[in-house]
Amino acid sequence: MAITKKTNAAGVAVIEIDGQLIVGNRQELKTLVQEGLDRGERKFLIDCGRTGYIDSSGLGALVTLSKKVREVNGDLRMAGLNEDLRALFELTKLDTLFHISPTAQDALAGF
Amino acid sequence: MDDGSARTVSVAIRVPADVRFVEEAIELMARHCFAGAEPCKRTSFRLRVLLAEALTNSILFGSGGNPSRSVRIGAEVTDECIRLQVTDDGPGFDPRDVPDPTAPAALGRPIGRGLFLIRNLADRVEFNEQGNTIWMTLPRS
Repeated sequence: MAITKKTNAAGVAVIEIDGQLIVGNRQELKTLVQEGLDRGERKFLIDCGRTGYIDSSGLGALVTLSKKVREVNGDLRMAGLNEDLRALFELTKLDTLFHISPTAQDALAGF
Repeated sequence: MDDGSARTVSVAIRVPADVRFVEEAIELMARHCFAGAEPCKRTSFRLRVLLAEALTNSILFGSGGNPSRSVRIGAEVTDECIRLQVTDDGPGFDPRDVPDPTAPAALGRPIGRGLFLIRNLADRVEFNEQGNTIWMTLPRS
């Protein structure tokens, strides 16, 4: 269970959430993205291919980060949501707020 | 603890009002609720999100995030369903007084989705009169 970040050759920061994104670890995600922004990174991909569940605190963190990234003309995208996570985004209508790709590979190809 | 009828099993735990304990409490409850049964992925997901929401509300709002206070979590499990209970010692809140987080003006807000998720993921949601106890029912399979 960890949140890790790697920046690829194209300058896209790929953040993988292994486990869950909830109230107890949302700050880790916020810190990783903020540190990237501070270093000048502007393209972020949140890879949920190994994410089990996200609660409303995690959703709120994603909303906050998306806004922060947009404010500096950056782009934060989501990928790899399982069926339940996809349903959660649709239920909350956050699927209208995020660019969501089926897989990380798909998302990276579209950046 | 078995109630003697061998049809309903109850489990109850008490955790400090500290968000660092949320994940561990969820997994502990999930192990008990699904003991001897393999839930479908959807049910497993629902149980974890429901507990995360109710626990977070009780810790942050009911208990003010004060780790010297505690939150009680319980479950009554039958072959067919799971009834979860989360209680804090706070003043409670009025569950009718929560705006719709999917309204266009609310979509960009980082908070306000917890109770909405609970109402949509549980088959049944009940509160006590004070508003500091919530019961959430979902199928077990």
